[in-house]
Amino acid sequence: MTMPISAPHTSTTHSTILTLTVNNHAGVMSHICGLFSRRAYNLEGILCVPFDNGQRSRMWLRINEQDRFQQVCRQLEKMEDVITVECEGIDPDGMNTALTYFNGTR
Amino acid sequence: MSTYTGAQILIKLLERQGIDLIAGMPGGANLPMYDALYDSAIRHVLARHEQGAGFIAQGLARVSGKPAVCFGTSGPGATNLITAIADARMDSIPLIAITGQVPTSLIGTDAFQEIDTYGLTLPITKHNFLVRSAEELLDVIPTAFRIASSGRPGPVVVDIPKDVQTESIPVSNWPDPGQPAPLPKIEASHIDRMVKMVIAAKRPLFYIGGGIIAADAAAVLRQLSERLSIPVASTLMGLGAMPSDHPLFLGMLGMHAARYTNMALEACDLLIAAGVRFDDRATGKVAQFCPEAQIIHIDIDASELGKIKQPHLCLEADVRCVLEMVEERLPDKPPSNWPSQIAELRRQYPLVTAGEDNPLQPYGLILQTARLLEEEAIITTDVGQHQMWTAQAYPLNYPRQWLTSGGLGTMGFGVPAAIGAALAEPTKPVICISGDGSVLINIQELATLAEENLNVKILVMNNAHLGLVKQQQELFYNGRKCAAEFNISPDLTAISRGFGIPAYNLAHIEAPLDLLKTVLNEPGPCLINIPIAPEENVFPMVPPGAANHEMIG
Repeated sequence: MTMPISAPHTSTTHSTILTLTVNNHAGVMSHICGLFSRRAYNLEGILCVPFDNGQRSRMWLRINEQDRFQQVCRQLEKMEDVITVECEGIDPDGMNTALTYFNGTR
Repeated sequence: MSTYTGAQILIKLLERQGIDLIAGMPGGANLPMYDALYDSAIRHVLARHEQGAGFIAQGLARVSGKPAVCFGTSGPGATNLITAIADARMDSIPLIAITGQVPTSLIGTDAFQEIDTYGLTLPITKHNFLVRSAEELLDVIPTAFRIASSGRPGPVVVDIPKDVQTESIPVSNWPDPGQPAPLPKIEASHIDRMVKMVIAAKRPLFYIGGGIIAADAAAVLRQLSERLSIPVASTLMGLGAMPSDHPLFLGMLGMHAARYTNMALEACDLLIAAGVRFDDRATGKVAQFCPEAQIIHIDIDASELGKIKQPHLCLEADVRCVLEMVEERLPDKPPSNWPSQIAELRRQYPLVTAGEDNPLQPYGLILQTARLLEEEAIITTDVGQHQMWTAQAYPLNYPRQWLTSGGLGTMGFGVPAAIGAALAEPTKPVICISGDGSVLINIQELATLAEENLNVKILVMNNAHLGLVKQQQELFYNGRKCAAEFNISPDLTAISRGFGIPAYNLAHIEAPLDLLKTVLNEPGPCLINIPIAPEENVFPMVPPGAANHEMIG
């Protein structure tokens, strides 16, 4: 199973962005990515930035899982290193800004 | 203030946690732990393969309901543990696997016996740790116990590099032992709704699983079931929660259920799914599972609610608390004719257990074993036909009496799990019902069994086949039997004696029942080989992927 951080689709109407607050230590990213790959959930993009003096990280996941959305959230909430899972208030196209940045500096 | 090495801290924390027994195998990277164990009152049981150690610990945990610990070294020690850890994950068993790791400075260099234990165990644990310092152990070990035993139990791996084990630090305060987290609050409105649904139902039915055992909910389940005459069907993992001969108990549902059990599920109008996860072996084709029923799903793991089938009412809660609250609030209900409908189904479509008196036939061996035992035994199985026959027919009567690899279906589970069970309950007889395919996987644990001289009897149903493979090839692959037959059958009695364990071949005995009676009631280990005709298959059977009403046989 591959899980590329793919370029945004031309239409992102089915995508949602989840905002995660997680403990920041080596292995957290593996835990999150591992969950998506082993349960075959569609993960389209990840952004991750440490905060709180490096104690925690904020993670944005762009996912495409309309039917299993609640399942994805519950599985994430179950993980020890996941402190909060939120799914409101972020424009699904927001990650395009990051892509624009990467393109601009390429 | 005293100083302690990481390894000493680990052992001290395990002692404080109440651990008095560890199954494991030493190796280069966990030698400091064993050195610290030398000074401890904790008893160590030396397995002959780390997978054996993992399943011995599982046996302890399954019988006691408390977390149990196994040790392994780095590299192959860790990879050998993986099957037992994955098995614990699938069956929600609180297993704590503690592995040695190469020194921190060598991590990532492909050092001798280095493997990424953290990465490997990530998808098969409830949580895992790579410990970076001796100080961290003070937090990680209690946390590991808390995680393993909270909510839905599960395995936790703690990987400890060798330099962390040898690092000395001063310790002035010891942390409190890790305890299960408090149970989630239950919304009263959900209980009210559940009561209403139960009252309104004409044909309610309990579908119960391992969650009932884990939550210690068997007593209240029985009470509720009796008060309202609600029949109970169990998954493989829930067996023992209801006494096998209880008139309201329908036995196991699903792939190898009695016909009447699946038919009762087909007919019910309210399914109370309690501590279950709608596993495919239980439900058959999900879309056609309990087609007429409203569904109430109770589970402490929220991610199970709606994972497979969307219930009409979800309760994310401890199943015992829910059943107790419902029991309290439930008004009496006039008797209905549902129990008599069930009784009629049972009469018309019973489980056919041919050869009940003949110990050389599957059902006969199982039923006669149960009859001849002078006290109730703990039963472990391996995986295959013998497991399904035992699940169908053995009179299991109390929780934690039944130890079987349900979710992962691990051949090789039976013998080491029986060792663990016997260590947990030294006065009880433990019977491991196995097959000639399964028993070879982890046969090395006969050495551990001989060494510990435990009260374990291994009954091997020997049909010189991988029986369930053969059965599926016969039924679903036009009889094209491929790689299912053993052309060489080892003499299991000679092997057993070679390990120092007495053994008998029931085929060569004039009065097999007399021998069974004697052997089963003697203390100490023993292996009995029972030849079984390869033509014997497990019926009824729902073909994989079919609906539960499409039973063969």
